[in-house]
Amino acid sequence: MSILVLAEHHDGALAGATAHVVAAAQQIGGDIDVLVAGEGVSAIAEAAARLGGVSKVRVADHAAYAHLLAEPTAALIAELAGDYSHVLATASTTGKNVLPRVAALKDVAQISEIIAVESADTFKRPIYAGNAIATVQSEDALKVITVRATGFDAVGESGSASIEAVDFVADNTQSTFVKEALAQSDRPELGAAKVVISGGRGMGSGDNFTLLEGIADKLGAAIGASRAAVDAGFVPNDMQVGQTGKIVAPDLYIAVGISGAIQHLAGMKDSKVIVAINKDEEAPIFQVADYGLVADLFEAVPELEQQL
Amino acid sequence: MKVLAAVKRVIDYNVKIRVKPDNSDVDLTNVKMALNPFCEIAVEEAVRLKEKGVASEIVAVTVGPKAAQEQLRTALALGADRAIHVETDERVESLGAAKALARLVEEEQPGLVILGKQAIDTDNNQTGQMLAALTGLPQGTFASEVKVEGETLQVTREIDGGLQTVELSLPAIVTTDLRLNEPRYAKLPDIMKAKKKPMDVKSPAELGIEVASKVKLLKVEPPAERQGGVKVGSVDELVDKLKNEAKVIS
Repeated sequence: MSILVLAEHHDGALAGATAHVVAAAQQIGGDIDVLVAGEGVSAIAEAAARLGGVSKVRVADHAAYAHLLAEPTAALIAELAGDYSHVLATASTTGKNVLPRVAALKDVAQISEIIAVESADTFKRPIYAGNAIATVQSEDALKVITVRATGFDAVGESGSASIEAVDFVADNTQSTFVKEALAQSDRPELGAAKVVISGGRGMGSGDNFTLLEGIADKLGAAIGASRAAVDAGFVPNDMQVGQTGKIVAPDLYIAVGISGAIQHLAGMKDSKVIVAINKDEEAPIFQVADYGLVADLFEAVPELEQQL
Repeated sequence: MKVLAAVKRVIDYNVKIRVKPDNSDVDLTNVKMALNPFCEIAVEEAVRLKEKGVASEIVAVTVGPKAAQEQLRTALALGADRAIHVETDERVESLGAAKALARLVEEEQPGLVILGKQAIDTDNNQTGQMLAALTGLPQGTFASEVKVEGETLQVTREIDGGLQTVELSLPAIVTTDLRLNEPRYAKLPDIMKAKKKPMDVKSPAELGIEVASKVKLLKVEPPAERQGGVKVGSVDELVDKLKNEAKVIS
């Protein structure tokens, strides 16, 4: 077996998630090559060559692959896929954009967001927003898979893979990059934060969300919200944690004034430690919280901020 | 410009799912079903494009069992003009759905196809991208803004850490993210009118395709159950537990 891993990179640096995908590839077994596609990516290729367990880094360095647009990147991977039994990428917005396109070009299924490798053709993946875990087996000759990085421990930097250039240049007249606006917040992104503090309908208003900011600053936390808080117009939709919002699994999740509707729990119940602050002691959130505090949030939150 | 809006029938997002006792799948008997939330956003976007005079006709399409016609009726009530149902009782995964949709794209020649970015049952997030590959069209996935400008389409995409804008030639495939719009509620007169709108039913065989999946579902299990913990009596006690017991803050 031989596996091709698409390297994820941002701002000229190899993204940490790639080392997790290589770990998943090791569990499948076989030779592991990493594909670094982009423009001006030689430093990224060198970083990829240091990843443990990688035999070869293939570099497609060309303007056509800048910003990893789906059309040329999928064409490139489909061109190379004949050499491999598996193609893997991280289940990031890049991997999710590109890999299904690769799979359809090769007339095979794609398996999304695996969290465990059972064998070379059998994998576990969450469905229904993590409320069930499916074990699936692929009968296709080529397996195209995205990997949830948190499901696998990263490989170290013990490798010294060879680096070789890929000459294939995909022809793309259909899509062009216009611009990127990356959030310039000092706070971490919801999906990647180690600590998340979220407010619910109990916050009472959008202005009251400033109460959470002090704690977020002290803990380096991202701020989220329940769907009820979004629907009430307190905060914008991109803060929503839940089945129809972001799925998070931080080390610490603090739910403030959130009752714990199913659709919210689906988005945060894989957090390592859950804290709930709610004045209603019957609130369902207490059934999943490791530490529950029955209290008026307008008193408890400022007090908590002070004590951190 | 004709717009195709693809929809899927899924379990209602408010329902707590149950795994079947034999672990073969999730139990959907007597469970409330609904239009997938991201598909609802897709239909809404198509309707807004029509209200702006950009879209001339909206065709709602789905691939699935007979009961999925309910969701097509919902799409018609929201403002789609007619519907096409590719009827099958097979377990259809993304590639099969994309193959059916690709044939409909060939027949209908839309200027734009809008789909939800993922269905909340399988959470695959694949069909739009696969449809784009099969039709050889460009894709704007996870869209939070869509603007038609002459022969091109500007799509702002929700990517990890921010937003990316791409320009695509038309026809194109777009998949919706949450922020694209807030779907309206269908009004009663529109629900009544939707019952009279035309609906075509086709079989995969008529389209000359197979929709069965090559990925076998071996087992479905509930995730490890989360045990509730303790109630703490004060903020002091909470901070103490977080520092000394859970060790998640220092």
